[in-house]
Amino acid sequence: MNVDGIERAALAAVDAAMDEQSLDDVRVRYLGRKGELTALLRSLGAMDAAERPAAGASINAAKARLQAAVERRKQALARAQLQRELDEEAVDVTLPGRSRPGGSLHPITMTFRRIERIFEAAGYDVVSGPEIEDEYHNFEALNIPADHPARAMHDTLYLDNGMLLRTHTSPVQVRTMEARPPPIRVICPGRVYRKDNVDASHSPMFHQVEGLVVDEGIAFADLKGAVVDFVRGFFEQDLGVRFRPSYFPFTEPSAEVDVQCVHCLGDGCRACGQSGWTEVLGCGMVHPNVLANVGIDTERYTGFAFGFGVDRFATLFYEIDDMRFLFDNELRFLEQFA
Amino acid sequence: MKFSEQWLKEWVPTTLPTAELCDQLTNAGLEVDGTERVAGDLSGIVVARITAVDAHPNASRLSVCEVDDGIERATVVCGAPNVAPGLLSAFARVGAVLPDGTVIGRSELRGVVSHGMLLSSEELGLEGNADGIVEMDADLECGTDLAVALGFDDTVIDIDLTPNRGDALSIRGLAREVGVLNGMAVNAPPIEPVAATTDAVFGVEVANPSGCPRYLGRVIEGVDISRPTPLWMRERLRRCGLRPIDPAVDVTNYVLLELGQPMHAFDLDQLSGGIVVRSGRAGEWMTLLDGRQIEVDESVLLITDADGPVAIAGVMGGDRSSVGTDTCNVFLECAYFSPPTVARTSRRFDLNTDAAYRYARGVDHELQAEAMERATRLLVDIAGGRPGRVVEASSAEDLPKPREVALRKSRLDLLVGEEIPVGEVEEILTRLELSPTTIGEGDDRVWTTTTPSHRFDIAREEDLVEEVLRIHGYDAVDSRTPIVPLPLGRATVSELLDARIKDLLVDLGYNEAITYSFIDPTIADLLDPGGKPLGVVNPVSSEHAVMRTTLLPGLVTALRNNLSRQARRVRLFETGQCFREEPGGLAQVTLCGGIVVGPREQEGWAFDRDGVDFFDIKGDVERVFALGGLEVGYVKAVDPVLHPGQSAVVVVDGEAAGRFGRLHPEIEAVLELPGGVFVFELEGDAVHARRRRRHGSVSRQPSVRRDLALVVDRDVPASRVESVVRERLTQILAEFTLFDVYGGEGIDSNEKSIAIGLTFQHPSRTLTDTEVTQYVDDALLALKTRLGARLR
Repeated sequence: MNVDGIERAALAAVDAAMDEQSLDDVRVRYLGRKGELTALLRSLGAMDAAERPAAGASINAAKARLQAAVERRKQALARAQLQRELDEEAVDVTLPGRSRPGGSLHPITMTFRRIERIFEAAGYDVVSGPEIEDEYHNFEALNIPADHPARAMHDTLYLDNGMLLRTHTSPVQVRTMEARPPPIRVICPGRVYRKDNVDASHSPMFHQVEGLVVDEGIAFADLKGAVVDFVRGFFEQDLGVRFRPSYFPFTEPSAEVDVQCVHCLGDGCRACGQSGWTEVLGCGMVHPNVLANVGIDTERYTGFAFGFGVDRFATLFYEIDDMRFLFDNELRFLEQFA
Repeated sequence: MKFSEQWLKEWVPTTLPTAELCDQLTNAGLEVDGTERVAGDLSGIVVARITAVDAHPNASRLSVCEVDDGIERATVVCGAPNVAPGLLSAFARVGAVLPDGTVIGRSELRGVVSHGMLLSSEELGLEGNADGIVEMDADLECGTDLAVALGFDDTVIDIDLTPNRGDALSIRGLAREVGVLNGMAVNAPPIEPVAATTDAVFGVEVANPSGCPRYLGRVIEGVDISRPTPLWMRERLRRCGLRPIDPAVDVTNYVLLELGQPMHAFDLDQLSGGIVVRSGRAGEWMTLLDGRQIEVDESVLLITDADGPVAIAGVMGGDRSSVGTDTCNVFLECAYFSPPTVARTSRRFDLNTDAAYRYARGVDHELQAEAMERATRLLVDIAGGRPGRVVEASSAEDLPKPREVALRKSRLDLLVGEEIPVGEVEEILTRLELSPTTIGEGDDRVWTTTTPSHRFDIAREEDLVEEVLRIHGYDAVDSRTPIVPLPLGRATVSELLDARIKDLLVDLGYNEAITYSFIDPTIADLLDPGGKPLGVVNPVSSEHAVMRTTLLPGLVTALRNNLSRQARRVRLFETGQCFREEPGGLAQVTLCGGIVVGPREQEGWAFDRDGVDFFDIKGDVERVFALGGLEVGYVKAVDPVLHPGQSAVVVVDGEAAGRFGRLHPEIEAVLELPGGVFVFELEGDAVHARRRRRHGSVSRQPSVRRDLALVVDRDVPASRVESVVRERLTQILAEFTLFDVYGGEGIDSNEKSIAIGLTFQHPSRTLTDTEVTQYVDDALLALKTRLGARLR
């Protein structure tokens, strides 16, 4: 048989080999020690010396091509085998992953964090204090003597040890001023209590953040700047902010702050009672009696203070239309904040 | 406080539209809460006179009236008992529309055709009884549109006044404020003294002048209280939120609204001796107008006569001397009581009357004489009678004095943050009746002011700053950014941030709860037996009557809420203050607690449905403490609310730092919870503590591991095996792994098998086989001698 014929047959056999074993059989049959091409090469000796080099070259070339073909086929078979194995290992990528889902922070906590981030970035310290307070820190130190009509504004819950549940976080301001001299720049986040019945907008327990800045030369203009920046920072919008005169025993002058309704942006809607404004914050210049009570020189130092309901900010920001959701702890409510 | 815009504008002639007036008041610190039209829409209703009344031929209760409506005379059938010839009433012509939308047609009543309808107060949407037709004031003209006659083009404005602005609790006070804001004079109606026409007097003595610095009394003889209060006055009272009653009460209420002076009318014939204003006596009782009986004491200021108390000063009158329709002689009281006295009593007895509200906030102490004359005039005009002279008892030294308050320009500018022009400041102070006088120039300028008798709230410089600023306008001040020179703070390595712990728990699949700090005493006792929680004296409800000593009651309640809403897998945590009475006093500690029930994993294709067990909750607790990196131990708990075999105490630095485990099955049963509720509760201080991490040395030498299967007594805690091995091997032991615990076939029932892996590593060289074997033998010997362990 001539070289071409063997090569053709061999190449056909390589292509026909469907697995590694049959391919190896083909290789042995043609390229092995007793293979057909090897035998042909051996038969060269019987050939005419003049023809021998050309014939030898032609056989070797065929042998090389066949070897390459076997190698290619081998790789192709290996790839096919791998492909089959990979196909076997295929998963349904649309099935859910194997992990425990995370829980959720309470929206009040999320709101506290938003607030604290804004103030901490501006250099305010975050301070806290006890929820059960004495009359002095909750009222008297704040310029609210026993018979003051303002006590009616704070429906206080009293305890049978003679103390009370703080009605605001202002006592923390007092405790802060007792503990450190001006300049002071703090916020006091915390839980507070008033004797209110539970309804869509009231709860006997709620949360506040109060702020206090005391230094030389602190003015009402500074208070306005701090409050306006905070409100806009919190709601991430350049909302209109309105300051109205009001009254708190611990500040003079005092102001109530309205913010353009975050739902209707001032057009008037159900959430703001068609007024276009939402009352969110009380503030003022710290009353000199309050400073004097903690031994701060009222001629040298002035200060401002502000306070607001965290629950109110939370319900506005997260669009919670009923405050009762906040303390019901129903998973379907809580999981929305995951 | 509600007031009629029309009435206010009679006092101060502003032409501002309602909305602008409201904005102006709000921006001056008198917050408008809302507005309301005074009446519904009417059409075709006029003032008409009844010219004749005949009995109805077919019905004894009906009358047939002839009515003159100014244009024609109509025949009208009416069932009201008070129809009378000459009476002026409200007449709805055929085609008229009532406020409720009813259209009046021609109708036949028992055979007589009625051409229109005479109306009651109620049908007009006004306050009053529905028994009869409305009786209009006699000076009205027939045919006048009723809406015009009654001034229905009016708005009720409701303002929410802050406690410092008692001066604005009247038409007079509001008019003064609107006058200041608009630079207008106030037109007060003239009040002339009413001359005495009888000599009758009733004596007045004040035994407690500090509580009652001024008391005016006046007798009015021969009044007829059964006469109706005129419609115009009833309308004003109604628009200001008060219900008309009888001329005596209506007149005192009218003066209260108009001038801000509370007054009281006594039935003179029920009084004896003379009036004595004195403190109460221990054990003294009185019956109030509303029928309530109260016991008073020395702190309560009373109005008394020879027979005892007749009123609580400034708060409420007594039942005995109250005015009724048969009263014919009246004693009018008009006093100035000290604000704290009234505030205290009103709060103590929870009597929030209009009088107490005003007295507590301060009434103008110069107003009493004027108010007495105003009330006398009105009462005599309505109910007739002969007034006596006014008797006054007052104590000049106890009356408030005008205060001189100085305002420094430098202080004003400093507190505001910008300059308000001198001219504007002086204008504002003058309009506020503060009579400023100026000393000094430029920045040294000082205004000295004197407070008028109606302003109780101005006592110091800052009060004047607020007055100037609020009239100037808060919104007129430019904002600026406060700059406070404070040094940088310090990082705190020893303290773990609360946020980190909460974030971890959230990542572990917990939902954060916030529960009430006051809880139900029954659940408190169940979950902290003998815990003696602090009680709330005046709780919002009996379910919120004690302060929590632990977070468990709140978490359990939240769990129950969720289970009742079909939740099956619940993981909640909460951090918050709990309150315990301890020997050293009240402890307010922050705790971090959690509650878990249901399958370990959310239902899914990849998980089995095993319920959570002790080691799930322990794993979560370990993760929390791993944040701080402190050494933490766990010992079996003895805790009445936890399962005795599945609960542990966390020990940090030799101190208990928390507990966790399964709720006691008995408690689960009482609370109707499913079995297998696991809880943890950790001390905030321990959870927040953090160890400072430091780099030591990292060995690059190869390590060798040997695994051992040991048999120990069942009671030997696994942690002991580890501590014995660690103590013995110290540094050479790079890692200790407990990889199996086995009991059952092949192991005695009193024993268990524990498989451990020991990994050895030398810091600077490779360990030889002989060395490792020696270490293992050392460990085995220690385990044998200390725990009785043997190789399996």
